[in-house]
Amino acid sequence: MLKLEKRRQPSRAWAWGAPVVAVIATILAGGLLFALDGTDPVAVIRTIFWDPLFGQHASFYRPQLLVKAAPLVLIAIGLSLGFRAGIWNIGAEGQYIIGALTGAGCALAFYPMEGWFIFPLMVICGALGGCLWAMIPAALKVVFGTNEILVSLMLVYVAEKILASMSLGLLKNPEGYGFPGSRNLAQYPSAHNAEIVAGTGMHWGVAAALIAVIFAYVLLNRHLLGFQIRLTGEAPRAARFAGVVPARLVVFCLGASGALAGLAGMFEVAGPSGQISIDFNVGYGFTAIIVAFLGRLHPVGILLAGLLMALTYVGGGISQSAQGLPAATIQMFQGMLLFFLLAFDVLTNYRLRLTRREVA
Amino acid sequence: MLRRTFLGTAAMALALALTGGVHAASHSDKVKVGFVYVGPVGDGGWTYEHDKGRQAVEAEFGDKVETVFVESVPEGPDAERVMTQMALDGAKLIFTTSFGYMDPTINVAKKFPDVKFEHATGYKTAPNVGTYSARFYEGRAVQGTIAGRMTESNIIGYIGSYPIPEVIRGINSAYIHAKKVNPDVEFKIVWAFTWFDPAKEADAARTLIEQGADVILQHTDSTAPQAAAEAAGNVYTFGQASDMAEFAPKPRISSIIDNWAPYYIKQVKAVMDGTWKSEMTWDGIGPGMVGIGEITDAVPAEVKAEALALKDSIASGAYHPFTGPLKKQDGSDWLAEGETADDRTLAGMNFYVEGLTGDIPQ
Repeated sequence: MLKLEKRRQPSRAWAWGAPVVAVIATILAGGLLFALDGTDPVAVIRTIFWDPLFGQHASFYRPQLLVKAAPLVLIAIGLSLGFRAGIWNIGAEGQYIIGALTGAGCALAFYPMEGWFIFPLMVICGALGGCLWAMIPAALKVVFGTNEILVSLMLVYVAEKILASMSLGLLKNPEGYGFPGSRNLAQYPSAHNAEIVAGTGMHWGVAAALIAVIFAYVLLNRHLLGFQIRLTGEAPRAARFAGVVPARLVVFCLGASGALAGLAGMFEVAGPSGQISIDFNVGYGFTAIIVAFLGRLHPVGILLAGLLMALTYVGGGISQSAQGLPAATIQMFQGMLLFFLLAFDVLTNYRLRLTRREVA
Repeated sequence: MLRRTFLGTAAMALALALTGGVHAASHSDKVKVGFVYVGPVGDGGWTYEHDKGRQAVEAEFGDKVETVFVESVPEGPDAERVMTQMALDGAKLIFTTSFGYMDPTINVAKKFPDVKFEHATGYKTAPNVGTYSARFYEGRAVQGTIAGRMTESNIIGYIGSYPIPEVIRGINSAYIHAKKVNPDVEFKIVWAFTWFDPAKEADAARTLIEQGADVILQHTDSTAPQAAAEAAGNVYTFGQASDMAEFAPKPRISSIIDNWAPYYIKQVKAVMDGTWKSEMTWDGIGPGMVGIGEITDAVPAEVKAEALALKDSIASGAYHPFTGPLKKQDGSDWLAEGETADDRTLAGMNFYVEGLTGDIPQ
């Protein structure tokens, strides 16, 4: 009979192997499902995982992968800091919205003036907006000991209401014939988050995501604060003895993740999306949670996980029109990925042992 | 700017590189038509009806067309990617079926001058982008008439989606005609801020019923308000976008049906014949883009006859649902006696008519 036995040391091999095995298991299980549904599983898997990278129109899809991955990576990096310390910011979606609103609001306040300083100012406003929004759960946690999971999550819905109100009121395009939605920032050169190198998909958000990866890596491995974050997550009691002030850590982790989510929103609204609209947010803040865990809360892992997640989105879109797969398939795919990851994670801390049934 | 230029060139390079491939793919002479949907095809309302239009195109042209669709596409960069993908895959005509696809459609259309685009409910056109929408407010006039006659509490509930001109037109039209047949009628409006969210829509319907509404009109796409009305008992509803006949004869007593099939068939034919032109189409009951679903036996015969007579006079063009004298909510004059509203005002309508209470959310 099979028995789970706790490992004395978590297995390093499994810690890194689990995501890879989870991806393979997802592909296999997904393929099985497609086969049962009567679609050719090989063709579907090929469309999702191969075509965007090496298919006929790859030169269009590859930049799209960066565009799609950038907000995911940016948000997930921020979340991972808190997650490592056991501080759970579930409301990145709300911070993303507020960052977009403050960033776009800053730009629209200057419209139609042109100036080199507008875009940098938008970046600051976006980060600040997201950070302040995250300060609400942080302050409530520090002062009243409220649960940051609930508060940050609930604030997503508040942010969505503010977004709707802004699209219909303050930020509405005065030349939009009464329709909701702001001016298109892509048509406002000073505010446009254009591609740094044309045609690569490399906009400033992608650059920011890469910088965030490096920054987080250095912070976690070379900096005292990073050590404190890791220590708090792994051994809270030891952390207190080592002089960690929990309140300061809560404020830092929520503030940093809020600022990064706000930045992601700002880069998105100024670039790929172009305008504030009622349905501006598409769930990056929530998907980033999967990305953070899939990437083992490690900066480099998150970068890879973000790209993989982007691949499922882009490839999923292609498979819809190519094979007529329903949109739910791709959500199912992403769900299975997290499910298998958590399942195989067990093997990091436990090992499977074949034992004889003992007679009582 | 740079990105656009680049993609333009990239698209052209690709098109050149693909000419061989396109030839291989098109030796069957199939015209590929793409559809981008904002909701799932099973929403039972807006997207469902667009997909029925797509199926009608397939049925009409058989193996001369190939249709592809992508559902639940968020309105933003994802929409742009999906449209580009369809164009790259050889679609000759792409229908983008939600208002929020407006700027993405225009952007993608610039990169593919040989592909025709049809954007639903928007106001931006280009040489290869046409727009189309339906005069749903004509159907609302018929609904308002029935609703005004059927209500006993004199309170009519209205579930609004987003406060955009299309929805405001519908509210105004329904109110004007309900008031005409029942001067005591009062409208209660709840904004759901969604096009499709069964849970929110059901909540909105229950709120309205608690406030005394015994007729509910909806501008959201799910059947949840119908189910809520059925559970509550003596409440009447109307199907929205789709017939929602499964709730007939009660609570659903009639419906507004979006019938895109004739238009889709016409436009696909135009692309096949090479006669497609960029136009702004806004059709109503007359050309058949707006259908009135069967008025059930729960409605007294004379009310039914009255509603059908109104429908016929709108269809023939004899009557315009926005005919003066009409005042705006603030009491200022809008239309003089006998004057009818022009399309420009209607397209951007952002005010209530006199008698409606509450503010349009800002």
